[in-house]
Amino acid sequence: MKKHTLSRTYMILVFIFMYAPIVLLMIFSFNSTKSRSVWTGFSLKWYAKLFNDSEIINALQVTLEVAVSAALISMILGTAAALGIFSLRPRSRKGLLWLNNIPMMNPDIIMGVTLMLMFIFLYRICHLPFFALGFQTLLIAHVTFDTPYVLLSVLPKLRQMDIRQYEAARDLGASNFQALRKVVMPQIKSGIVTGGILAFTMSIDDVVVSYFTSGPFSETLGVLIFGMTKKRISPEINALCTLMFIAVLVLLLIINFREFKASKEREE
Amino acid sequence: MSKNELIRLDGITKSFNGNVVLKSLNLSVMDGEFVTLLGPSGCGKTTTLRIIGGFEMPDSGDLYFGGERINALSPDKRNINTVFQKYALFPHLNVGENVAFGLRLKGVSDRDVEKRVSEMLELVDLSGFERRSVTSLSGGQQQRVAIARAIVNEPKVLLLDEPLGALDLKLRKEMQVELKKLHERLKMTFIYVTHDQEEALTMSDTIVVMNGGQILQQGSPIDIYNEPANRFVADFVGESNIIPGRMPEDCRVEFLGTVYDCVDRGFEKNEQIDVVIRPEDIVLLEEGENSIQAHDRLLKGTVKTCLFKGVHYEMIIETGDFDFIAHSTVAEKIGMQMYLDIDPDNIHIMKKSSLETMTEMEYRLEHDPDAVMEEE
Ligand SMILES: Nc1ncnc2c1ncn2[C@@H]1O[C@H](COP(=O)(O)OP(=O)(O)OP(=O)(O)O)[C@@H](O)[C@H]1O
Ligand SMILES: [Mg+2]
Repeated sequence: MKKHTLSRTYMILVFIFMYAPIVLLMIFSFNSTKSRSVWTGFSLKWYAKLFNDSEIINALQVTLEVAVSAALISMILGTAAALGIFSLRPRSRKGLLWLNNIPMMNPDIIMGVTLMLMFIFLYRICHLPFFALGFQTLLIAHVTFDTPYVLLSVLPKLRQMDIRQYEAARDLGASNFQALRKVVMPQIKSGIVTGGILAFTMSIDDVVVSYFTSGPFSETLGVLIFGMTKKRISPEINALCTLMFIAVLVLLLIINFREFKASKEREE
Repeated sequence: MSKNELIRLDGITKSFNGNVVLKSLNLSVMDGEFVTLLGPSGCGKTTTLRIIGGFEMPDSGDLYFGGERINALSPDKRNINTVFQKYALFPHLNVGENVAFGLRLKGVSDRDVEKRVSEMLELVDLSGFERRSVTSLSGGQQQRVAIARAIVNEPKVLLLDEPLGALDLKLRKEMQVELKKLHERLKMTFIYVTHDQEEALTMSDTIVVMNGGQILQQGSPIDIYNEPANRFVADFVGESNIIPGRMPEDCRVEFLGTVYDCVDRGFEKNEQIDVVIRPEDIVLLEEGENSIQAHDRLLKGTVKTCLFKGVHYEMIIETGDFDFIAHSTVAEKIGMQMYLDIDPDNIHIMKKSSLETMTEMEYRLEHDPDAVMEEE
């Protein structure tokens, strides 16, 4: 009984530490004054201000654009890489997986600096205008650190699959591509989607790599807010975070609901 | 059964990472035949089947299908379907869609697909299972879905890789009968892989005994059982007593110090040979039993063990130099002196030459069969 109360208290504490700041932030985003400790009355003025702040809206747009495109591109690249690595012999597979882990283990700062140096080299020395720091370079950087996550979430799905199924499909008259589409894809789809969502979150989450690889007109929210903290944190940011939190919550609910529906269908 | 050759393997050689798995294999399969590849684990049965199915390319040699060389033809273009060793059903599709897979690829209309699928499921005794998930089926049912999925495409040849390996004994026996019936009904060519000699003997028109990537003997079950070409075949297909001996003249064989009558001829004078005697061909006689005409010409031994095996008793009879395995429906007392009476018809002579080409696997099988079987 005692053990029970203890573990329950621990759990409640964990939840408080995790969610109290968010709840506080959400509450104060509706505060009528700038104060972050005194409740002075309900107002939507920070939301109104937020939507009129072109700098923030622009950054939000860049963030979403880069996160969505990077997630989509890395879903394709990561899946292709997973299929390739899976069909290799165990030894070369190990080697490549090790290489794949480097961008994930590598400190962000090193990745950001090296990517920036590469882009500058390509732009200045090789005279490739495409690599001028801006949205493209930001996207390339995000794809670079997103792809390993997709690869790592697709690979276990491939491992779970009996590779003979692919051969069975070929045996029954499917071309290489048809076998991939009709037998392999449906079974690794959930891994690709999970990888994509993971990639999306990593992109939204990133500040350091974006800081080094974005141009002046392609700042992400993270970079923008990071810059702001030196001067002022406007309660607009509270409003923004509230909106983002709700968006993520909705996204999660949708995913969970889909999974629930899928597992129910499977049972039938 | 028509007498046309459908598949021919001509000097097929295959190695993986420098290990030669198939050594210049020659095999001919007739149209409509039920051929079984029989051999111990690792002898290259699956590899042979995969080459026929198109999943492996031979390193050298040629593969013919209906007279046409198909070495480089991809599996989807071959009129051959496979029932895989572990079924390889598609878990994301239900039973009906698994069976329909090949038809859908061919663009058969929905109505025809439905009709054909239900026909096939009826054939394998799974009527009404269309909407069931394949993962909810028992092993035997999955097996039958795999068969239906393969034969719905009406291939000329069906390849079956140990399809009954995962089933329990009773179900396996039932499925053996069903598969045999199916073969008779469909008039397809079946190439069947197993390492179970009994299964091979009951089901096949032709048995191909393989070992170490080579074919040791090809023939009807009766030939293979009664006239094994060498020690390995004799040992692998059924239990047997294999005794070294010599042929002093035609129809006379000497082993264990005694000369016997036999029915084999065509050997050189005093050629060294191996004698095969099946355990069920040894008749045990007690001393003084009146059917013994010439006691001195019969082998005499002592009963060492006697085990009940269901239908018969299996006894080991110790003679001076050799321990015979004998089967009998009556149990004998351990330690009893018995005479071994063997009909000349049942003394089978094998050429010794096969011993010289004995592969490592054969050698190990002979000296430590348990260790070899454990590797399975
Ligand atoms: N893809 C492969 N790569 C490397 N070695 C292989 C490969 N496929 C088969 N082998 C080797 O070839 C040999 C023959 O294998 P095969 O699967 O044909 O045996 P089998 O007779 O079917 O055995 P079993 O009864 O155990 O299924 C084995 O030694 C196996 O290890
Ligand atoms: Mg095999």
